[in-house]
Amino acid sequence: MLRKKLMLAAVLGASLFAGAAYAADPVSIVYIPKNTGNPYFDSIIKGFEDGCKTLGCEFTTVAPASAEATSQIPFLTAQIQRGVNVVAISPNSPDALNQVFDRARSKGTIILSVNSDMPGNEDHRDAAILPVDFTKTGPSQVELLGKQIGYEGEIAILSATTDAPDQNVWIAAMKDTLEKDPKYAKMKLVTIAYGDDDPQKSTTETEALLANYPNLKGIISPTTVGVAAAAQVVETAKKADKIKVVGLGTPNQMRRFIENGTVEAFQLWSPYNEGLLAAHFAVGVKNGTIKNEPGTTFEVPGLGKVTVGEKSVIKTQADLTTFDKKNIADFNF
Amino acid sequence: MSSIARLLRAREAGILVMLVLFALVVGLIQPRFLTAETLRIVLLAVPLIMVAAMGQMMVLVARHVDLSIGSILGFSAIAAGMIFRDHPDWPLFIGFGVALLSGALLGLFNGLVVTLFKLPSIIVTLGTLSLYRGLLFILSGSKQIDPNDIPEPLIKMAQTSPIDIPWIVIIAFGVALATHVFLTYSQIGRQIYAIGSNPAAAPLRGIRVMPVTILVFTLSGALAGLAGIIYAARFGYVNPGITGVGFEFTVIAAVVIGGVSINGGVGSVAGTVLGVLFLGAVQVALPILGVSGFWQNAIYGGIILIALVIDRTVRQGGLRGLLARGGA
Repeated sequence: MLRKKLMLAAVLGASLFAGAAYAADPVSIVYIPKNTGNPYFDSIIKGFEDGCKTLGCEFTTVAPASAEATSQIPFLTAQIQRGVNVVAISPNSPDALNQVFDRARSKGTIILSVNSDMPGNEDHRDAAILPVDFTKTGPSQVELLGKQIGYEGEIAILSATTDAPDQNVWIAAMKDTLEKDPKYAKMKLVTIAYGDDDPQKSTTETEALLANYPNLKGIISPTTVGVAAAAQVVETAKKADKIKVVGLGTPNQMRRFIENGTVEAFQLWSPYNEGLLAAHFAVGVKNGTIKNEPGTTFEVPGLGKVTVGEKSVIKTQADLTTFDKKNIADFNF
Repeated sequence: MSSIARLLRAREAGILVMLVLFALVVGLIQPRFLTAETLRIVLLAVPLIMVAAMGQMMVLVARHVDLSIGSILGFSAIAAGMIFRDHPDWPLFIGFGVALLSGALLGLFNGLVVTLFKLPSIIVTLGTLSLYRGLLFILSGSKQIDPNDIPEPLIKMAQTSPIDIPWIVIIAFGVALATHVFLTYSQIGRQIYAIGSNPAAAPLRGIRVMPVTILVFTLSGALAGLAGIIYAARFGYVNPGITGVGFEFTVIAAVVIGGVSINGGVGSVAGTVLGVLFLGAVQVALPILGVSGFWQNAIYGGIILIALVIDRTVRQGGLRGLLARGGA
């Protein structure tokens, strides 16, 4: 009898010990970017890695070769089967992954939408981590160009594809700003061209802009492929003094143009900080130290106090970062 | 022989007429199209397509097709870009050599698989299209070659030269001229036509079909490799995910518009050059006409089809009275 009790105690003790060991297992996080080979997402990954180094979480990343609506599903499924604790994903589609997310969450996996949200499908993910307050993208780009051209003259927009959701929202905001703010009354938007995020097409479209609008003063290209192509065309045509190019670009992509004076300034946010924040949030929620509900605040070293907003949306920074000759050397992504 | 020569001339006449008509029609709607500036834009847009089209044309003449050129372009551009990035002190020509050599090796592999296993080239190169893209992801670690890593002299090659015509334009037309000389005056060049006209009869005429076919694929690969370095010069960076994706469609369209038969044995450098210029003119014309982005793809595809229909009709003699006289 005593023997039996001892054994029971031993078994209980062992299971308790196993339980404790289980709880002490590091939080495992996987990040699935839109596609592989995209330097922008590499920077988010770096943020995750550095975050996990200090927090002690276990981080991996996998990605499909192409950014198609369903290309992430096999990777996502494999990771869930592996039993990962947190899936951070930059979804290629706002709704194609809903079912997979639901299944994963029913097993306790935390789903974070990183870099863009899933409009209308917020119920299928736990939280969204956005790089910046996106409502500021449009007005902020208009101001950046306006400042360089004295708030006067013809301007054009070079976008990605005609159906690119982010760009279309920003462009609508740019139009709105140009129309309503008297400060920009003398800036005239002459056309919107679409480069399809393809270097060749973006180049041809920019060249046509230059040919069609000889009085063009500036181009706004809110897409990394477009802004680099526009800068390259303006440089090749030796018109950098007449036509100002602004847009959203990564420092490594644009450094050459800033250094040789083709581009004065461009903007973006910090994908690195986004990854860092996502890692802190993921570990906090998993370990129960951060409550995933609107109004919660938590500290991220280097970023300060962060607040969880409506629908569990977290904005990494309030305003866009402007890159120019003065600060570009400080960034490497 | 003289009748064949006349036929070839008629083929080129058809595409030349189309090019002129297209330029005139666009020029009527938008006079800005008929300016030196537009010519400059077209000339800068075509070198990439032109160089690869020369290789593709030889492959089509030999009654094959090479769908892998977009991935070969990407692979070579990444390989050269990595040399530039990791060894900035090495001279520029090493990058060129690496691009040409890696392209040639990938093309050689295509040719070996097609000939050794007697497989249809459309399937083999469909496979290597994916395989080579995958290899380039592995080689590059999925990392983009950024603009700072591309040497300034290479970028200048897409902008200027001592005679003010950008180097890449000179290279493209130089490659076309060399291809013309090779196909017209060398024995192997003539053998490529013979293989494509009648693959069964070619060996009977003493042609070693296998090595010539392998050579054709190797040349196509090497030229796609050259296009890779032109890409790096023109766009100033190389992204593993987008560089050369869909390139094969543009090139094959240009070659076929240029009168090269997909049934082999027929095609000329002059026709291919005109086909490339036609496609370049269309690509540039659409935005200059202010065609909205929503419509461009549909119109672009429609124009390719119309060009093919006109070309085919002209060659079958239906419109000879109208068009052949205008062109010849």
